[in-house]
Amino acid sequence: MLSFIARRLGLLIPTFFGVTLLTFALIRLIPGDPVEVMMGERRVDPEMHAQAMERLGLNKPLPEQYLDYIGKLAQGDLGESLRTREGVWNEFLTLFPATLELAIAALIFAGTLGVLAGVIAALKRGSLFDHGVMGISLAGYSMPIFWWGLLLIMFFSVGLGWTPVSGRIDLLYDIEPRTGFMLIDTLLSEEEGAFVDALRHLILPAVVLGTIPLAVIARMTRSAMLEVLREDYVRTARAKGLSPARVVFVHGLRNALIPVLTVFGLQVGALLAGAVLTETIFSWPGIGKWLIEAIGARDYPVVQNGILLIACLVIVVNFVVDILYGLVNPRIRHQR
Amino acid sequence: MLAASLILGSGLSHAASNLVFCSEGSPAGFDPGQYTTGTDFDATSETLFNRLAQFQRGSTQVEPALASSWDIGEDGKRYVFHLRPGVKFHSTDYFKPTRAFNADDVLFTFQRMLDKDHPFRKAYPTEFPYFTDMGLDKNIAKVEKVDEMTVAFTLNEVDAAFIQNLSMNFAAIQSAEYADQLLKAGKAAQINQKPVGTGPFVLKRYQKDAQIRFTGNKDYWKPEDVKIDNLIFAINTDASVRAQKLKAGECQVTLNPRPADIESLKKDPNLLVPSEPGFNLGYIAYNVTRAPFDKLEVRQALDMAVNKQAIIGAVYQGAGQLAVNGMPPTQWSYDETIKDAGYNPEQAKALLKAAGIEEGTEITLWAMPVQRPYNPNAKLMAEMLQADWAKVGIKARIVSYEWGEYIKRAHNGEHDAMLIGWTGDNGDPDNWLGTLYGCDSVNGNNFSKWCDADYDKLVKAAKATADVEQRTALYKQAQHRLKEQLPITPIAHSTVYQPMRKDVKDFLISPFGRNSFYGVSNER
Repeated sequence: MLSFIARRLGLLIPTFFGVTLLTFALIRLIPGDPVEVMMGERRVDPEMHAQAMERLGLNKPLPEQYLDYIGKLAQGDLGESLRTREGVWNEFLTLFPATLELAIAALIFAGTLGVLAGVIAALKRGSLFDHGVMGISLAGYSMPIFWWGLLLIMFFSVGLGWTPVSGRIDLLYDIEPRTGFMLIDTLLSEEEGAFVDALRHLILPAVVLGTIPLAVIARMTRSAMLEVLREDYVRTARAKGLSPARVVFVHGLRNALIPVLTVFGLQVGALLAGAVLTETIFSWPGIGKWLIEAIGARDYPVVQNGILLIACLVIVVNFVVDILYGLVNPRIRHQR
Repeated sequence: MLAASLILGSGLSHAASNLVFCSEGSPAGFDPGQYTTGTDFDATSETLFNRLAQFQRGSTQVEPALASSWDIGEDGKRYVFHLRPGVKFHSTDYFKPTRAFNADDVLFTFQRMLDKDHPFRKAYPTEFPYFTDMGLDKNIAKVEKVDEMTVAFTLNEVDAAFIQNLSMNFAAIQSAEYADQLLKAGKAAQINQKPVGTGPFVLKRYQKDAQIRFTGNKDYWKPEDVKIDNLIFAINTDASVRAQKLKAGECQVTLNPRPADIESLKKDPNLLVPSEPGFNLGYIAYNVTRAPFDKLEVRQALDMAVNKQAIIGAVYQGAGQLAVNGMPPTQWSYDETIKDAGYNPEQAKALLKAAGIEEGTEITLWAMPVQRPYNPNAKLMAEMLQADWAKVGIKARIVSYEWGEYIKRAHNGEHDAMLIGWTGDNGDPDNWLGTLYGCDSVNGNNFSKWCDADYDKLVKAAKATADVEQRTALYKQAQHRLKEQLPITPIAHSTVYQPMRKDVKDFLISPFGRNSFYGVSNER
């Protein structure tokens, strides 16, 4: 097990460098520098332009800029935003809880509903329900998030008035950010009804963000479940006369969930990618919106290090999932 | 009784007057001097700060603000400002002022922008792009304190728009006392995060990408202007979502609706959607340094070949008015006697033939990649122009670059013809006729690279004169010259729509596209 962990850890370092090089190169491949972007159709005084580029360290040759960047990273310095001049790490910390809250809600939604739908579909294979789940999940998987989000807003928020249009809370509630998690902050505050209001704000974005993972998890659970139900131990359990519920949930589902676990891990990357769009639609103040704005403003440090932080997060989550997978499924550990 | 008082006492009392504004983005910071965009100014300069003079709400006219009056010297180069007594800076949890606003604050504000060796600027190096762009860094020779409540500015050259320039958002007056405190604490950069101004609202809390909370300034020098207790900016980048939020009553005022949303907003009985002709101009700039645009006949021909009415219908979806001159009709000194040549492809063909231009001549037409107030869809406009010009035998190839790159390459003169535009800064004709078409701007905003001696003489003479009548006469002549020489084809002035709830009173549309909430109330 230890050598397995060590092997996986060894992979992290080149991955990390690959990401730094990629983000550094990609943002610079997009033409336009921050000073020009800020001025719009206005003239940029060449002298002022040169000064600004010098202050921002953007007048140096690219290899030197890259080395500076890596050198700072090695000291744990993520730099500051060119636009707001706030530390990138600080900005990330204040915005990340919003994304995490949304992602967790989306995963809970996708996980419970997806596993449930998948299990029932597998048990009633070939039924109308099964075909329905498969069809809907295919549709859900190919749903453009932007269109889907606006559609739900039009229907539930504007049409029926059940959910708010956007944001994390009705701004007439004055909630002091303490943990950054709105659900917790509203409980800590003394504003009556704020928690419920925050919950209502969370529903639509979580559904939109959870739609694709939901589809993937439902399909994955269904096929894993079908496979497990054919296994000898399930047949044995049935033959022993165990209750059908026990056979399905204890013997079947527990083993079927092993491959689903990997899917969960992989969905973290997809979730963060989806968060960029979902947050934009719902004005959800998380890292997705932050990155979009930074790309528009050519805010190099934010783009570089924001993406780096997200990449690290995805790598770490996948690493943890790998380890967990190794723990629950001993066959994996001994391969290679 | 106890329960009732608990509910009323908790947090924000719903009996107070609140107003939520669906704004379109996070401000980059809270020091207006550093920025150039409306998003930054609405959240800072219009709410938290004042200038020496300010634009009357909903107009381009200047009125006194932190300076209650001013005198201009005989030579037009010396401005003496008499400061308003008893104006208090905001008292916040990070700063408690010990004195009222005085000359030191004006000195600090401008010295910091003028003097590269200013201690505060050394501690916190930054640029002041708008100040530089308006040429104030070069034209202000010195700023002096005459006495506690009097400040004198001396200019190198006469600038008829000087007061207008000082009324612009970047010239917000900062507190010298606060700056000293920051400098001593080694926290100069905080001026951009924790602002202290004299404005009608005080900053309470800012959460990036989510909200900005302001409270009404109880000590404001013009108390009748503060009618809202809690002003909240709800930040929403998506125009359609902002429109939905307004309909749902989640905010009371929003901005920049998409043309496609306007009809449905107008139909909502709870909303008002007043509109005004925008103080802007979308135009085609011909690069006169390149063949065939160096020939006047070619410019005349292409100008005549443009079907402006069709463009206004399709690109502006009717929300625009046909432009004739190089500035909008609401700008004083606009010459109404000037007429467009009119849509005439036959005559255009003849002109091109006379100029010896072969049928099928290829040119590039640049289209902006972004939506701007003066042009909601440059790509569509370019396609329509392409079709118009094809009819007279000119083949236009449409070119587009990323926005920053577009401007940079255009400054270098790499284009043949390009789409561009302008939104007025200060309500002075020079901000159009000088800034966009003058010789001094050939490497700047003069995208036609057009330098005409006769024209330039008129514009320069007008700028050096303080007499409005004389200036008007000169600017009218300049407009005639511009129309004869056609370095540009003016297309349209877009219409600005301002959706809001019916409960909102006295919100005025600013010609400069600013959103200000002083004097505004919410009667919900």
